[in-house]
Amino acid sequence: MAKFFALTIIVIAIASAIPILRHTWPEPPDISVHGHLIDEQMSETMAEAGISFLAAQFILAIFIWKFSNRPKDAKIAKFPGGAKGLVIAAFLLVGTEVLALGIFGTKAWASIYFTPPAANAMPIQVQAGQFAFYFRYPGADGKFGPLHAALINESNENFFGLDQTNDQDSKDDIVTAEMAIPVNREIFLLMHAKDVGHSFYVPELRVQQDFVPGLDLSIHFTATKIGRYEIVCTQLCGLGHYNMKAYLSVYSQEDFDNWLKKQAALQ
Amino acid sequence: MHDVSAHAAQHHAPPQGFIRKHVFSLDHKVIGKQYYALALVAVFVGMVLSWIMRLHLGWTNLAIPGLHLLSKNGAPGDIMTPEYYLQLMTMHGTIMVFFVLTTAPFAAFGNFFLPIQVGAEDMPFPRFNMMSFWVTFVAFLVLVSSFFVGDGPTLGGWTQYAPLNAVGSVGGPGEGLGVVLWAASIAIFCIGQLLGSLNFITTTLDLRVKGMSLMRLPLTAWAWFITSCMGLTAFAVLMPACILVILDHVAGTSFFVPSNLVINDQLQPHSGGSTLLWQHLFWFFGHPEVYIAIVPGMGIVSHILITNMRRPLLSHRVIIGCMAAIGILSYMVYGHHMFVSGMNPFSSLAFSFPTLVITIPATIIVLIWIGSLYGSRLRINTASLFALGFISMFVSGGVSGFFLAQPSIDIMLHATYFVVGHFHMVMAVAAIFGIFAATYFWFPKMTGRMMNETWGKVHFWLSFVGAYCIFMPFHYLGIAGNVRRYQAFVNEYLQPLIPVHKFITIAAIATGIAQFIFLYNLIHSRFWGKPAPDNPWEATSLEWSTPTPPPFDNFGGKLPVVYHDPYQYGVQSSTGDYVMQASSEQVVTEHEEK
Repeated sequence: MAKFFALTIIVIAIASAIPILRHTWPEPPDISVHGHLIDEQMSETMAEAGISFLAAQFILAIFIWKFSNRPKDAKIAKFPGGAKGLVIAAFLLVGTEVLALGIFGTKAWASIYFTPPAANAMPIQVQAGQFAFYFRYPGADGKFGPLHAALINESNENFFGLDQTNDQDSKDDIVTAEMAIPVNREIFLLMHAKDVGHSFYVPELRVQQDFVPGLDLSIHFTATKIGRYEIVCTQLCGLGHYNMKAYLSVYSQEDFDNWLKKQAALQ
Repeated sequence: MHDVSAHAAQHHAPPQGFIRKHVFSLDHKVIGKQYYALALVAVFVGMVLSWIMRLHLGWTNLAIPGLHLLSKNGAPGDIMTPEYYLQLMTMHGTIMVFFVLTTAPFAAFGNFFLPIQVGAEDMPFPRFNMMSFWVTFVAFLVLVSSFFVGDGPTLGGWTQYAPLNAVGSVGGPGEGLGVVLWAASIAIFCIGQLLGSLNFITTTLDLRVKGMSLMRLPLTAWAWFITSCMGLTAFAVLMPACILVILDHVAGTSFFVPSNLVINDQLQPHSGGSTLLWQHLFWFFGHPEVYIAIVPGMGIVSHILITNMRRPLLSHRVIIGCMAAIGILSYMVYGHHMFVSGMNPFSSLAFSFPTLVITIPATIIVLIWIGSLYGSRLRINTASLFALGFISMFVSGGVSGFFLAQPSIDIMLHATYFVVGHFHMVMAVAAIFGIFAATYFWFPKMTGRMMNETWGKVHFWLSFVGAYCIFMPFHYLGIAGNVRRYQAFVNEYLQPLIPVHKFITIAAIATGIAQFIFLYNLIHSRFWGKPAPDNPWEATSLEWSTPTPPPFDNFGGKLPVVYHDPYQYGVQSSTGDYVMQASSEQVVTEHEEK
């Protein structure tokens, strides 16, 4: 039984590694400027974690195989180096790994969160509410009008609570149910939560950020590939959470301009 | 510390009558068994909930026979509504984390064996101890009652994030009374845990018998002691957090709700609250909680492996130091649950460093376990199989932590099935394997009968292979971007992953059915198992020095004296290759803790 157990551990370890090595269910392809930093971090971590995983499982299996069912008088031997050696090994191996991942990992994080948006980044506001995302473009004046929570009215399609009669800046704001952006143009995304916690996740963009009711947060990113992607909510927000999504279209500049014009006409 | 009066403080007369003996018992052993029974009921409830969830995830429009009987509105025509899925999911998580993983390894086995392992007749506050169980039991009833009230249990997940947890029934089904019952149940649970921790800490520090220095305590005793210190501080924060949530519901406060929120076109009557405050309070408790769930298992695995390897671990003190280091570090890492929460991104980096560093003591413990196997005389039985299985599971679950500890990678993996795979393997399955190992190991002492080894091994094989089949694929789903807490997968990019979910569901149901083999073995052996000798495993610690099962005062009025450290194996004595802690026999030993 011991030898069979050892073999089972090895088979399970190898079987677990195969889908990773063969990219059977791969990460969605990266369409962002900063994503490669995350992907590199991911690959390094996968290599280190993978080696640690396989090594630990294999050695566990080998020791189970070798040291079970020994005769009653077999001599008890000490692992070379004893506890001291293992403690030193853990500090050195894991410590370096940890420092490397931690320190090099700050680069990817800093490039996203500690770098301010470019001066010409295009501002778009996204509002998350049970159970839809709505988007607002500032229009020709480049300014977002103020939000009035008391004016929010879904049946009138006043999703943001705009007072387009009295607020000058709101008059040309463009509200849409889909997000569109031009390719290779930095986007400055202002995030507003209408009711409870939500999150903005586009795997291909390598972006995930929670909305926080009471806090207006922002992120910035640049898409590098034309296409149509899904924005999904990842923060449990109620019964419609699974279905809370919107489409993100990345267009050429020309196609985006046409799209925005069409949206403006629909207001 | 060892004088007679300290013992007299917890000396009580033999119990009389059925109620005192079996219901409102002051005996730590009965209380331990009561906790075990509660955890057993809870784990089967939690498991059945997971089956229903998994059936729905694999086959979303499946009519599950009888489901309409469980809930008034949750499953018309036996087809689960989206809200009911979330409600079942919330209850699954809450029941499992609190009433199984915190209860069985710590409260059940700890209550039964800690006093015996230190050489005491009972804990110093038997009435508080009795209260701790019944308070926990009431907490369970309050939680389960939410199934049967109004529009059902809360649907906000076991993490109950704000402001959904505080806005009331406008937030969705179960978000009114369901949340209040959840928070009340957990607040009551906290009280039970605090009473328990009080007993565990004082037992360990004050009731050790003559010769039982701290370094001579078995590793299980150290694990329970460290866990109870964590419990004291962690539950002390969760309880007021739950009270604040209840106040937001019933007293018009707004601890967790800011102003200007609009739900169903209605401006919500709250202002001044902080959404993130809940997350800080909850995770300050929540991260130590997961170590509360696993540290007793580490002690149990150490204890069982040593007995079955016939040698002590390479270092007793290093294991103690690492468990303590994990306990202390566990308070510094909680923000890794909040990397993309909207918290200051600099804080995310700050939390990621201790999160990566906590890998070091965990790795040392695993390396010492594996290194101690080298050159040992390993015995394979059901208990040692589950202990070894724990190591395999803990490694598998632990390495996925490398990914989640880094904020940049967490951008991709947060709130995906990668996280769900990680915590199920490293905490849930590993801890459950620890519970199984402890059961097969200590059942003979607790009941006077042996469990059936053949059925035990069948249970092990099905559980070990089954658990890997269920939870390893979760990691692949997460890498592919499969978001968690979805009741159905409607997004285009998720469609190719649905066959993986079907595979997982089948594995989950098969593995679940295998647990009935354990249940049958447990019940059958309790009444008809082979009679057990006092020391069936040829083990050394004090619990094996008592009669079987131990009498109400554990040692029959004659407290032992401790002459040896807890793991003198590989020696030559009159009993064989080991000498018991309470044996006055002097033998040649390699090393003795004093």
